[in-house]
Amino acid sequence: MPILEVHALSKSYRQAGGETTVAIGNITCQVEAGEFVSFVGPSGCGKTTLLMSIAGLLAPSAGRVVVNGKEVSGPPPNLVLLFQEYNKSLFAWRSVLGNVRFGLDARGAGSASADTKARALIELVGLKGFEKHYPWELSGGMQQRVAIARALAYEPQVLLMDEPFGSLDALTRLELEDTLLRLWAELKTTILFITHDIEEAIYLSDRIWVLSGRPSEIIQELIIDFSRPRDQVTTRADARFMELRNDIYRQIGGKSAP
Amino acid sequence: MNGLKSFNWSGWLSFGLLLLLWELGARATPKLQLYFPPVSQIVAALGQALMAGPVAQHFGVTLGRFFEGYLLASVLAVTLGVVLGYIRFLHSLLETSIELLRPMPSVAIIPVAILLLGIGDSMIVAVTVYASVWPILINTIDGVRHVDPTLIDTGRTFGLTRPQILWRIIVPGAAPYIVTGLRIGLSIALILVTTAEMVAGSKGLGYFILDEERAMNSANMYGGIVLVALMGYSLNRLFLLLEARALRWRHGMMARQEA
Repeated sequence: MPILEVHALSKSYRQAGGETTVAIGNITCQVEAGEFVSFVGPSGCGKTTLLMSIAGLLAPSAGRVVVNGKEVSGPPPNLVLLFQEYNKSLFAWRSVLGNVRFGLDARGAGSASADTKARALIELVGLKGFEKHYPWELSGGMQQRVAIARALAYEPQVLLMDEPFGSLDALTRLELEDTLLRLWAELKTTILFITHDIEEAIYLSDRIWVLSGRPSEIIQELIIDFSRPRDQVTTRADARFMELRNDIYRQIGGKSAP
Repeated sequence: MNGLKSFNWSGWLSFGLLLLLWELGARATPKLQLYFPPVSQIVAALGQALMAGPVAQHFGVTLGRFFEGYLLASVLAVTLGVVLGYIRFLHSLLETSIELLRPMPSVAIIPVAILLLGIGDSMIVAVTVYASVWPILINTIDGVRHVDPTLIDTGRTFGLTRPQILWRIIVPGAAPYIVTGLRIGLSIALILVTTAEMVAGSKGLGYFILDEERAMNSANMYGGIVLVALMGYSLNRLFLLLEARALRWRHGMMARQEA
C-alpha cells in the first residue's frame, strides 16, 4: 500500500476581480514508503499550493489526499511540511534546541526523551555545539539545518519539502543536499520534495514528476536509478544525468508561466 | 536601551550642572525664590517631609494605586488584545468603538468616574485602568496580527491544536509588540494616577503637590514633583530590566541589526 496517495487533486482560487484561477489542474500520484520523489516545474506553477494541499494546510477544491490509508481533512499527524523560508519558520524566541524540540513538546513527549532525541538530530545535521544559539545567530544554511532537524525529530512518516534549498547559496545547497540524502537513508523517511532546480531533483530523487505550468498537471514521470550513495561529482558527471536534465528542461522550458 | 549596561557619565554630569545652575540662579535672585527655591532647599524640605511621615505615606498611596490600576489594565488589555487579534470577527465588531474611544484624552473620563464612583481609591484606579488599557490593547492586537503565517502553518503541520498555537506561537510571537504597549501604558498610568489625585483626592503625591502649591509652600511642592519623577524613573528602569530578561532572545538580535 502506498504511504501517500493523491487522487484527482485540483485547486482553484477566486481572484479579487471575481475571476477564477486554476492553480492545480488534476493531479493523481502515489508515493511508496521510503521513496524520495520530487515534483519539478516552472516557478509559479502552483507547486507550493500543491504541497500545502497535501499537507492538509489548504483545502483542495476537488480530489482527496490519503496518508497511510487515512483520508486527510486537516494536517495529518504523521506528516510534516518543511518550508522554504527558514527565516520565517523558525521560532525566534526559541534556541536551536528549543526549536528542534518544538514538535516533540507539542505532542507531549516526555521532557527527557524529547531532549535526547532533539540533541541526536542536532548532531546528525552537524550543529553540535550550537544547541543554545538563537536562530538569528546562525547562517541561512545552518537555520535550514535546524528546520530539517526539527522536522525529522518529529519522526514523520512523510516529509514534504517546499524548495527547502531555494534561498541558499550554491555551495551550501550542495552540502545540504548531501546532508538530506544521508539523513533520509539513515532514518528511512519518505520524502516528497518540490524544486524548480532540475538538477537538484535528479540528484536527489528516485522518481521525478514533471509539472506543467498553470494549471499544473503531471506531464511526465521519470525513474532515476543512479546508484546510491550519490556523489556531487561523479553522479552529476554521468552522461545520462545531462540527458535527463535536457529532457526535462525541454519539457518545461517552453511552458514556463509568464 | 543601551543605558542598561553602560553608565552615561556625560549625561549625568550635564544634569548635575543644570541643577547647579538652578541653585546659583535661585540664590542670586531672592525675589524669585517663591517660584524657584534653591535645589538645596528643595532637598532639605523633601528630607524633612519624608522624616515627618506623611509624604512617605502619600508616596505609598500613589504607588499602590499605580500598581493596582496598571496591573489590572495589563491583564485585561493583553487578554482582550490576544482574543481580538486572533478572532477576526470579534475585532471587526469592536474595531469602530475602539478607534473612536482611543483618541479621546483619557483625563476627560475623570468627571464621569467621579460621578459614578465618587472621589476615592476606586475612582482613581478606574481612571488609570481606562487610560492605560488602550496602548496595551492596540499593540497586542497589532502584535498578534503580525505573527508570520508561516509560523502558524509550522505549528499546524506539527499537529498543534488551536489553543497550543495561541500559547506557543502567537503569544510569544506577539511579545515584542505587547511589551511596547506595556511600556507606553506604564507612563500613561503614572500620568493618570497623578492627575486624578490632583483633581479629586485627599491622599497621594498628586494631591500633595497641588496642596503644597496652594499653601505657597513651593519647596515642598517641588519635593513632591521630585518624588513623582523618581517614581517614574525607577518604574521605567525596572520595566526595562524585566523586559531585557523576558525578551533576551531579542536584544542580541536588535543589537546586531543596529550594528
